[in-house]
Amino acid sequence: MPIGAIVPRPGNASEYHTGDWRSQRPVFSPKHCIKCGLCFVLCPDAAIVLDQEGYPEICLDYCKGCGICARECFMARAKRSCFEMKDEEEFR
Amino acid sequence: MMPHAQRVGMEVSVAIAEAVQLADADVIAAYPITPQTHIVEHLSELVADGKLDAEFMCVESEHSAMSACLGSAAVGARSFTATAGQGLALMHEILFIASAMRLPVVMAVVNRALSGPLNIWNDHSDVMASRDCGWIQYFAENGQDAYDHTLIAFRVGEDPAVSLPVMVNLDGFIVSHMIEPIVRVEPEAIRGFLPPLRLAHKLDPDKAHTMGAFAMPDYYTEVKKAQDAALRNSMGVIRKAWEEFGAMTGRYYTAVEPYKCEDAEVVLLTMGSLGETASVAVERLRGQGKPVGLAKLRLWRPFPSEDIVRVVGGARTLLVLDRAVSFGAMANPVVAEIATLFYDRPRRPSIHSVVAGLGGRDVQPREFEEIFERALEAKREAPLAPLGQYELMGLSEQ
Repeated sequence: MPIGAIVPRPGNASEYHTGDWRSQRPVFSPKHCIKCGLCFVLCPDAAIVLDQEGYPEICLDYCKGCGICARECFMARAKRSCFEMKDEEEFR
Repeated sequence: MMPHAQRVGMEVSVAIAEAVQLADADVIAAYPITPQTHIVEHLSELVADGKLDAEFMCVESEHSAMSACLGSAAVGARSFTATAGQGLALMHEILFIASAMRLPVVMAVVNRALSGPLNIWNDHSDVMASRDCGWIQYFAENGQDAYDHTLIAFRVGEDPAVSLPVMVNLDGFIVSHMIEPIVRVEPEAIRGFLPPLRLAHKLDPDKAHTMGAFAMPDYYTEVKKAQDAALRNSMGVIRKAWEEFGAMTGRYYTAVEPYKCEDAEVVLLTMGSLGETASVAVERLRGQGKPVGLAKLRLWRPFPSEDIVRVVGGARTLLVLDRAVSFGAMANPVVAEIATLFYDRPRRPSIHSVVAGLGGRDVQPREFEEIFERALEAKREAPLAPLGQYELMGLSEQ
């Protein structure tokens, strides 16, 4: 046990896949996406990146399923959010 | 006493500030609170006058004061703060982090009663509410003791084998605001006693590591076990530091200081300045041929079990003084430990709990004489309260 519970190898938090905590999964559909990037900016875990075309890609290793992307999606204002939150059970 | 030793009359708070100056502290982060204010007030003067090359951080609370000390200690800077009463309570959560991170911060706690009701005077309710914070905890009996232990605290806490924060408790006003004759430690002598701080796990851009990270259930238990072991194992360094300090100054300290304990039938155990008051009572009663003694507990954490047994184990009756009440408990903080210590020993004194001097209530030698007399005579009409209850000295019946 290192003194003072220090972590001798910094930056190893990425090895811990917090996506394991997820109970709901955002499923992206490009139909109404205007590539505004709001989901990318607002994801609290930086689990969304934009692909070369500007569409979001969700990294399920770190996505905790908070649903912010689905709720804050620009198109959600027109009740056409690009993300649908589905129970994780459905994917088992 | 060493030949160079010269006694200088000064306020104890000023003496503690001088000890911090002598230790050449790098960072002082503090918030003023009665009765601790004079310590940091004088330190701020020393820094402003260029007599101490340190960073003096005026923080907005004690919570910030301790947080700042964590940061400065983490980069290997010798860090000091002082507080009292509510200030210690506001620091509470950071105290535990300092010890868990093994950062050797030194703090003077000028003991003050916790509110409510609001009270600025002395008792030990502040430190007893924080007793399990994992710090090394000394209790000074007088100004010289407090001055010396401020220096000893840096030495012990910074020892690579210890690396723990250290608290020096001294009674508010009763000690902190007294003008006492203080024998200073010579600046030339201190260099040998207190080498520069070399924190093994300090923050270093060339050797990066993470401090203060969270720990999951699969690590937390082991971290706590290691922390407890570190505090327990500090005893050797504590004793060695006392020996070396004694060789340097002629002032030898021990974990428990006995006063007329040999052949004593009734022994009173105290922490802090009431030891001096009680010694007057012991001297008077001894003058009358009564077998009473006094044991002054200087080291509270780590708990010096062997020393206590050696000093008070032979007594028929042991009176344990607490300066704080553990509400609704089986026993008050100090007596609870003492009773536990003796529980499974074949030979043990009859142990009684005494509470005195809450919120600055004056305690006089005659009150100690009275309780000694009662313990000696074991009077049927006034038996001492059994464990589970306690005698409250000086209680008004109104």
